[in-house]
Amino acid sequence: MKKLEVVVGHLYPDYLNIYADRGNMAVLERRAAWRGIGFDYRGIGMDDPLVPGEHDLLYIGGGQDREQALVAADLAEKGEALREAVAGGAAVLAVCGGYQLLGRFYRDRSGTDLPGVGLLPLHTVAGERRMIGDVLLECELAPGSPRPLAGFENHAGRTILDEGAQPLGRVVAGFGNDGQSGYEGCRAGRVVGTYLHGPLLPRNAWFADWVLAQALARRLGEPPELEPLPDALEDSAQQVSAARARARGGRYS
Amino acid sequence: MRLGLEIAVARAAGRLSRLAGRGGGTTLPGKILATIDPAALGALAGRLPLGSALVSATNGKTTTAAIVAEILGGRIRLAHNRAGANLVSGVASALLSQRDAELGLFEVDEGAFPDVARRVQPQAVCLGNLFRDQLDRYGELELIAERWRAAAAELPPDAWVAANVDDPLVAAIVRGRERALCFGLDDPRVAREGLPHAADSKYCVVCGTPNAYAAAYVGHLGDWRCPGCGLERPPLDVAAHDIELDGLSGAAFDLATPQGTRRVEVALPGLYNVYNAVAAASLALVLGANLAEISAGLGRFRAAFGRFERIQAGDRGVLLLLVKNPAGANEVVRTIVSGGAPRVVVIALNDDIADGRDVSWIWDVDYEPLLEGLERVVVTGSRAQELALRLKYGGLDPSAIEVVPALEEALDRGLSLTSPGGELVVLPTYTAMLALRGIAAGRGLVRQYWEAAA
Repeated sequence: MKKLEVVVGHLYPDYLNIYADRGNMAVLERRAAWRGIGFDYRGIGMDDPLVPGEHDLLYIGGGQDREQALVAADLAEKGEALREAVAGGAAVLAVCGGYQLLGRFYRDRSGTDLPGVGLLPLHTVAGERRMIGDVLLECELAPGSPRPLAGFENHAGRTILDEGAQPLGRVVAGFGNDGQSGYEGCRAGRVVGTYLHGPLLPRNAWFADWVLAQALARRLGEPPELEPLPDALEDSAQQVSAARARARGGRYS
Repeated sequence: MRLGLEIAVARAAGRLSRLAGRGGGTTLPGKILATIDPAALGALAGRLPLGSALVSATNGKTTTAAIVAEILGGRIRLAHNRAGANLVSGVASALLSQRDAELGLFEVDEGAFPDVARRVQPQAVCLGNLFRDQLDRYGELELIAERWRAAAAELPPDAWVAANVDDPLVAAIVRGRERALCFGLDDPRVAREGLPHAADSKYCVVCGTPNAYAAAYVGHLGDWRCPGCGLERPPLDVAAHDIELDGLSGAAFDLATPQGTRRVEVALPGLYNVYNAVAAASLALVLGANLAEISAGLGRFRAAFGRFERIQAGDRGVLLLLVKNPAGANEVVRTIVSGGAPRVVVIALNDDIADGRDVSWIWDVDYEPLLEGLERVVVTGSRAQELALRLKYGGLDPSAIEVVPALEEALDRGLSLTSPGGELVVLPTYTAMLALRGIAAGRGLVRQYWEAAA
């Protein structure tokens, strides 16, 4: 039998990597390998084509404003291919700046709207003060079994979900999408966007496995039940991070 | 209140802080003075007969300022914030405690540089480098560079700026300035193969094209050129040639200056310390030192506390190497490994404000070369578990990782894993370094940082 593998396309690894996105990649790769699943990593740079159907998971991270502006136009050109990839079953994980770029538009300080990819039903408006600090969410990706997600956020943009859009989680401590709604991130099928970095996946092992399973679902028809791994270290890191968020998350600096 | 009375109140507070065991009183007097009279800093600095010099950088400012003090301190009385208190309050405190000083020599936090420069009106400034550091505290790199540009433009026209033009962001600040002394490294033999992972400032400051490097030395510092618009590193006025790195012992190089060239040796390891030495030499030059004084001072200098400090603990040694951001950490790892990869290491990660509350930076550090010879690593500090994950997902066998959050316990565990006569390598973040030195001081192994500063 052919070995199961997952093909991951990392968009703009040279530009959007500010919050240690390679940590997220390392976690997916190791957790796949520990289960005997192959991991094929492919960077997708500024002028590289995005071929729909090639990837099981597409990942996009965050950058400083300058880097984000440099890739925005290129991503807009890749928008149709990206939407086609998702229609074909690919999962997407977008963090921080990448999350904003997946919305319909980003309204900057001058009031100008920069078009986004439109994969997620939301838009983002630049704010005055940055929202910086530890965050703790409660996510219910499988109904009836809430799980904690702990990370760090650092964003000036206020992200506003469309009516009826599904957030990734409820904010227990921290700011979240806009500091007011009480929600963070957005999920539309296998596409997930969030402000949480830190990086996101190492200390949230259950979520790393959820993303991995969503990626594998493109090949298997549905997300597989992944065999559990010894995650004592991951869980204790999550607890420390969650305690940090409860103690000092979500204050304007 | 008159300035004299304000000073007396503020000084008394510093003594009380020490007596109360609340640290060295290295910032409290300045804070009080700044509260009583915000204009006092400028007034105090204005009394210095030889004026002031400021050193700012993301990495190396404490060491650079300390080397300059070693070069000049023999013949000039300095007001120097040696203990690393580098905000407005720390500068004011140094001025208060060294009242007969002739020259102010201040390391300044990169975020506080514009404010301090405006108040102090320095006659010389040394700008070392800008690396990504504590995004949660400073905001993005470009923002700091922009503030530096504005502050440099407001300096008195006769003030000198010694600038590390190997950093494209710093080079942009002195472009077109008459009184600029450009320094950098010039020895492709010691260059890295390319830019490290997640290097900062990879793009041309003018046109956004990725810069090309004839030689990349530390992070994005090197001999750069933009293939898009042709902007390139300006010619060097002061440079290090023929660099020899001797593991953890030190380095030697030819220091080329407008006064001539001289072979110098420093007891500081790693290429990043060659940058610090050249930065200090450049600032000393614009402050009127001659080449003989400079090379003698460089030769005499021993590391600033906690940056590269050897502490004897019974029959074992401890080597403390401060690690606070990816660029600095990568150089520390490279330097340690060049001296022979250690068997045991203690790594400490705190997440206080001075360390950065966002610990994601550890994932941008290339720890991997360190892991090769490693039998055991003790991770410690308030975010020890994150470090453990970083190493686990970096490929280290989890059974080789010990999570010991309490610093003192971790230090003792590391020492117990070190053979008699051996040396334990400890890599702490800033507040962990201070705490570890405090533990060593409590055992009578080192002096407290404010005493060492006296």
